[in-house]
Amino acid sequence: MIKDKDLTQTPIAVEDLTVAYRDEPVLWDVDVTVPEGTLMAIVGPNGAGKSTLIKTILGLMKPSAGRVLVYGKPYPQQRHLVAYVPQRGSVDWDFPTNALDVVIMGRYGHLGWIRRPGSSDRALALESLRKVGMEAFAERQISQLSGGQQQRVFLARALVQNAQIYLMDEPFQGVDATTEKAIIDVLRTLKSEGRTVVVVHHDLETVPEYFDHVLLLNVRAIASGEVSTTFTPENLRLAYGGRMDLLLDGARR
Amino acid sequence: MDLTLIFTDYTIRNVTLGALVLGIVSGTLSAFAVLRKQSLLGDAMSHAALPGIVIAFLLTGQRSLPVLLFGAMIAGWLGTLFMLLVTSQTRIKQDAAQGVVLAVFFGFGMALLSWVLRQNNAQHAGLDSFLFGKAAATVASDVRVMAIIGLIVLALVALFWKEFKLISFDHGYATTLGLPVGRLDVLLTTLIVVVVVVGLQMVGVVLMSAMLVAPGVAARQWTNRFGLMVVLSAGFGALAGVGGALISSFEARLPTGPVIVLFVSAIVAVSLLFAPQRGIVWEAVQRYRSARRLREAAVLEMLYGMAIQHGDPLHPHSLASLRAGLSREGVRYTLDHLEANGMVKQTENGWALTPEGVAKARQFLRASEGEQAHRYSAEVLS
Repeated sequence: MIKDKDLTQTPIAVEDLTVAYRDEPVLWDVDVTVPEGTLMAIVGPNGAGKSTLIKTILGLMKPSAGRVLVYGKPYPQQRHLVAYVPQRGSVDWDFPTNALDVVIMGRYGHLGWIRRPGSSDRALALESLRKVGMEAFAERQISQLSGGQQQRVFLARALVQNAQIYLMDEPFQGVDATTEKAIIDVLRTLKSEGRTVVVVHHDLETVPEYFDHVLLLNVRAIASGEVSTTFTPENLRLAYGGRMDLLLDGARR
Repeated sequence: MDLTLIFTDYTIRNVTLGALVLGIVSGTLSAFAVLRKQSLLGDAMSHAALPGIVIAFLLTGQRSLPVLLFGAMIAGWLGTLFMLLVTSQTRIKQDAAQGVVLAVFFGFGMALLSWVLRQNNAQHAGLDSFLFGKAAATVASDVRVMAIIGLIVLALVALFWKEFKLISFDHGYATTLGLPVGRLDVLLTTLIVVVVVVGLQMVGVVLMSAMLVAPGVAARQWTNRFGLMVVLSAGFGALAGVGGALISSFEARLPTGPVIVLFVSAIVAVSLLFAPQRGIVWEAVQRYRSARRLREAAVLEMLYGMAIQHGDPLHPHSLASLRAGLSREGVRYTLDHLEANGMVKQTENGWALTPEGVAKARQFLRASEGEQAHRYSAEVLS
């Protein structure tokens, strides 16, 4: 067990976390620490509780037991340090607005009540769009963007928050090659700036290439740590069960 | 029809002003309700208001508007709470919960109302007018109350503009930014209850939901900008309110509430049909035009391809050979249209391109080659 004084240096510490939907546990007694400045992938089969873990860290779901500490304090006190990139499918893209406007929403937390976003917020939003290669689409109605472009708009919205910790829910889900590359570039930049990134990921093949840390999850935390020591066939088999041989074949190709 | 009556006739003035206020306020909130996919919330809440009105009358024994509206508001609120309770404590989904609340509250309200009406007490006269509204009963003090409530509602929407916008677009993300989304939800829902209550006198519990759905649906058709959509929605509400009030003022046999609702429904119909980009007619015209462009391109390219085999791009070909080459219908029709535009002409040996037609055909060919090259490079790059 880590001592509390060390926890103030730890971006995310999940302790004994259990989350249940009605009587069915989605996460069971999960312990994970995410070290500073890492790119961590959360992988596991469907229904393993990957999204639930991220949502619970963000306070979007209530745990039945256990706690989450962000730099040693409960999340509500550390909100300004954390940015969230939700799944693209979680909103209706037919909402009447454009890409720039969505990114500006990332500034609302800094603005406080009543104040409207101004020209400096606009400039920051355009800068974020540039970082994901979307500056040319700033004025585009969001329903007219491709899936990958929408994903990049969500990423830009999180970047504009200038957070220390980034939590992303399946950002690579069904995106084009350009978007995949843009996201990878952003992840590496964030890491080089000393920020911490946790990504729900489903493509085992790319885990060693994109990430330095990994959490293998299947309701319980199977293993977590550096990719080189944790992302082993044995751990994968524990996380995925019998289906693993098939997946490993895919990963070897 | 004498429009100066709006300013001189007491009843017409009150009804028109009241309908204007109702239209603006319900139109504004309608935009939010539609974007939040809560269109039916207003329906459930306005029906739920009925027992509140009757119970308020039974408890106080008077028919004063503020007292009855207060009762309506409490009942609307209870209906909303009941709905939240049903969705959070059972497996019943939101739409079914709204249906349950509507049926239970409205049924109870109707039963109470029939019972009160059978008491044969002169005091209760007009209580049933809340079913479909009775605009003509609107007096100047009612209009003042409506205007004050309306201004408060609009001020709150302006104050919480960006927060309401964000919870309408991305509720979960708003939570992570630290917005008190629960309280903002309650506030926005409360505003909808208030507007329902404001509309009861004019439009009635049964038709009020139309005022909370139709303006927003119509406004969404005309713009892709959030702010403009809210303003348009308020404008459509106002237009329907004033238009309906005037029509029913000058044709005494027409009741105001239903005419307002018919008016706003007409705005929806026009918007669904004719709005640019989203309208049904607009889409059909676009489809027709692009299909015609493709047919013309095919005919021009075919004529050009066959003609240069003869070493002369202006070489004519028969309709039969064009038909055989294109194997599709409507070749003759397309040729006629191209001829009218000076792209082809009919000679004694068949159809031939004009110099303009040759230029156009080359342009089409270049474009489709460019498209192929573009696709190829995209594949290589990825």
